[in-house]
Amino acid sequence: MSELLPYRKAVPGSQPDYLHPPYASTVKRSPSQPLILLPQSLSELTGPVFGHERVQAQDSDLTRQHAGEPIGERIIVTGRVLDENGRPVPHTLIEIWQANAAGRYQHKNDQHDAPLDPNFTGAGRTMTDARGNYRFLTIRPGAYPWGNHPNAWRPAHIHFSLFGNAFATRLVTQMYFPGDPLLDFDPIYHSIPDEKARQRLIANFKLDLTEPQFALGLQFDIVLRGQSATPMER
Amino acid sequence: MSDELTPSQTVGPYLHIGLDWLNTRDLAPSSVPGERVTIHGRLLDAEGQPVPDGMIELWQANSHGKYAHPADTRDLPLHEEFLGFGRQPTDQRGEFVFTTIKPGAVPTLEGQLQAPHILVNIFARGLLRQLVTRLYFPGDDHGSDPVMRLIPQARQKTLIAVAQPDDPSRFQWNIVIGGGANETVFFDL
Repeated sequence: MSELLPYRKAVPGSQPDYLHPPYASTVKRSPSQPLILLPQSLSELTGPVFGHERVQAQDSDLTRQHAGEPIGERIIVTGRVLDENGRPVPHTLIEIWQANAAGRYQHKNDQHDAPLDPNFTGAGRTMTDARGNYRFLTIRPGAYPWGNHPNAWRPAHIHFSLFGNAFATRLVTQMYFPGDPLLDFDPIYHSIPDEKARQRLIANFKLDLTEPQFALGLQFDIVLRGQSATPMER
Repeated sequence: MSDELTPSQTVGPYLHIGLDWLNTRDLAPSSVPGERVTIHGRLLDAEGQPVPDGMIELWQANSHGKYAHPADTRDLPLHEEFLGFGRQPTDQRGEFVFTTIKPGAVPTLEGQLQAPHILVNIFARGLLRQLVTRLYFPGDDHGSDPVMRLIPQARQKTLIAVAQPDDPSRFQWNIVIGGGANETVFFDL
């Protein structure tokens, strides 16, 4: 097992801390005791392997899951899943979920007074291909209000969940949209201390991914933890 | 290093929309060999209040201590129907239940044997990145487990599930985020 290499630690500032008081829900939901440094064993260097049979082609097209088309601006969200060593992460599961174009989630707990769309659930999933590429077709989600502070609005975002090749590479994040003025005021986005790291969550508008007369194209590449070059890093 | 890590963000309150399709309460169909166990737990916040909008994921080896993953190249039996993955949302009382088989022991990369354990990821609104912990079983040799040895003695018990007196295959294991003395041990992975 000597070829099993540990995953590198995140660069300081590139990940949010658990406690970030401007995001009020972190106050009662963050550890108060120091974390214990976990040496990586086979347990952490392995992780669930999901087959392509788990997902159907229509799972990546959020505009075709009902009888009619959802209201909203069609967007193509596409990119590559890579590791920090620049290697593609092939055949890995991506799950997404989002609000509709009016900023309303298809969820019993969302009481925001904006219309539900009978033609939009807001859930999608796909597997990356052999080169780590993925592609979703959806509609641009709306901003929505939340109770964190007076006049609080979440910037438009799509939730992403990825597994990668190991328990250690599990990542849940959010993709934001370029030029969104709400990003400046969002405590969740600003929980990531490093500005350049934060900006990695903003998709890029790409005219060459845009399909004429059909949908705007956005590129969102995702980088998961990479294995270090040496066996012992602790 | 050529590419920079994508930062984590919270799953938020509406995680069920995108994640419930993969809920897996029973990890081991009846054909999978091993000692069957049921794990009942509650996810609690720093004030002891239930976290009703969380999600727990498990990752474990089979009864031979073998992971269903290509990086585990040891010559041990695999069971085709056992993936080793579980996912459950917490309910209104913060509760979750899994049924599975007790994993076999897995060595460290240096060859030291670890006590049987299940890896656990915890997600919730208010968690900007997942919390990582481990579940151990009572009655195993935790004293020589290399991970347990890193944990102050008084806190080790937070990782050991409690067998129910009326049914030794049923275990209770609560996860407490914050709150000091009773707080579950979480890891920096």
